[in-house]
Amino acid sequence: MIFRRPMFWITLLLAAFFIYLPLRNNDAAMREDLILVAVAIILVSNLNLMIGYTGYVNFGHIVFYGLGGYVGLYLITGRGWHLLSAALAAGVVVSLCALLFGLGILRLRGAYFALATVGILVAVDAFVSNFDLWGRSTGMYLSFESYEPLGGAMHALWVTYYLIIGVMVLSMLLSLAIKRSKFGLGLFAIREDEDAAVVLGINTTVYKAIIYSLSAFLPAVAGALMFFKNGMIDPEIAFEYMLSIEGIVMLMLGGQGTVLGAALGAGLYERLRSYLLTSPKLSNFHLVIAGGLLLIVVLFASGGLIGWLYKFVPRSHKVIE
Amino acid sequence: MSDLLEVRGVSKRFGGLHAVSDVSFNLHEGEILGLIGPNGAGKTTLFNIVNGVYKPDKGTITFAGKDITGLAPNEAVKMGLARTHQIVKPLNSLSVLDNVTVGACFGRESLGLHAARNTARQVLDRVGLGGRADSSARNLTLAGKKRLEVARALAAKPTLLLLDEVLAGLNPTEITQMIELVRKIRDDGVAVFMIEHVMQAIMKLSDRIVVLNFGKKLAEGSPMEVAGDPQVIEAYLGDENIAEKLMEKN
Repeated sequence: MIFRRPMFWITLLLAAFFIYLPLRNNDAAMREDLILVAVAIILVSNLNLMIGYTGYVNFGHIVFYGLGGYVGLYLITGRGWHLLSAALAAGVVVSLCALLFGLGILRLRGAYFALATVGILVAVDAFVSNFDLWGRSTGMYLSFESYEPLGGAMHALWVTYYLIIGVMVLSMLLSLAIKRSKFGLGLFAIREDEDAAVVLGINTTVYKAIIYSLSAFLPAVAGALMFFKNGMIDPEIAFEYMLSIEGIVMLMLGGQGTVLGAALGAGLYERLRSYLLTSPKLSNFHLVIAGGLLLIVVLFASGGLIGWLYKFVPRSHKVIE
Repeated sequence: MSDLLEVRGVSKRFGGLHAVSDVSFNLHEGEILGLIGPNGAGKTTLFNIVNGVYKPDKGTITFAGKDITGLAPNEAVKMGLARTHQIVKPLNSLSVLDNVTVGACFGRESLGLHAARNTARQVLDRVGLGGRADSSARNLTLAGKKRLEVARALAAKPTLLLLDEVLAGLNPTEITQMIELVRKIRDDGVAVFMIEHVMQAIMKLSDRIVVLNFGKKLAEGSPMEVAGDPQVIEAYLGDENIAEKLMEKN
């Protein structure tokens, strides 16, 4: 059972910190810092399902987040839905979109698949930028009234923060549950050798479609919550190409294929990035750092930080997953 | 004896190359059927057609009374048709145990993870890899990897096992052990269809042998018949007294 695994409790402990830290002094600035970390963890954990578990590099993972934001905001502003139902609907709709994309591109392997995911990112961006209903390149804005059902704007910020933390916990637990399941074993087999996996009896087409679609769900929910919190969305911030690539750096840094590695990489990188972005001298320098980090990890520590830990403390395998 | 596998008029072309042309044969329940022939004769291609990796251009494959022509490999396993690869395909970063657990999870019985682990342990003991269960598959020797291939296929609880050159690259001791293993598998009621170049082994093991040459079936019969066939001698064996020599060594 998942409750018996130490990683389950580590995840809950992490969540407790996220809940407690900003609450202690009612610290809104810290909340804003942590929400970015939480979103990074959500994106990278779900990206890990594709890259770390299944061995399919997705450069366009941010599409799910952005589309989720668009669907969510549209349902709230255009259709008057409640935040919760809009966020869930965003998850479902974007997962179905992913299933559709997946049917098209999942027959490709390796570099060709990776290229196709870039294609999807560009195509979705172009579509949304020209879609009248979603405000084309100017995007959509929330009216202040949209925050009323959650008890006003101030209160709504805290509510969305805790919802995001919830999605973060779900992302990590989902990764953990899949890792310790028959489904996960099937994914690992695909990652190691897809031809062998077929001969061993795995319906790889179905498995890949499910995981691609599943990896879209929580990022889309997070997108809906996050852009609701921000009060606006436009194509440029919804589909941030650089963030999509930085997600891969975060995953490699922490350790692909591991639950804690994805979270750790996301957390560390996001803090570093925020620091560099806000420091006046080093603005935009974070991309240089990202490139450098990726090189170092790929060349010297392909297992990332957690891979390092496994190497030097082999017994940590049992606790850190 | 009833027929477990029936191959009827199977052909496969790759561009201008007739890799397999109009091959027919039967495999009886509980027998070991050998498949021999020179390099490039189409042996592995025939295996790939039987387990569904390739769809034949012509002909039909019937397994346990059902037409399985064009059925995907993952579906063939579910029906009880498992195979090993000539060039081993270990799931490198998974443990030996997990490799075999995959076979049990997605094989004929579609076991749950826990039951599959138990089956995997039993199978590993049976092929002599019990002591290596927790090491990474990539750390096995070639002989170990070949055993792993067999173990994964066995964990699927097949009724027919296709073995593609499981003896190639093994030393004489390892070959003797592997021959014993194949015998044991057959004695447990699993039919075996095996490609092999180690003539002594295949002559000893097989109940019957099919010979391929340039994609066509050249001969079929008991090991003695096949080894005495002038056509087979000319195309593959190269020595007209080979039948006696091989049998003497038994």
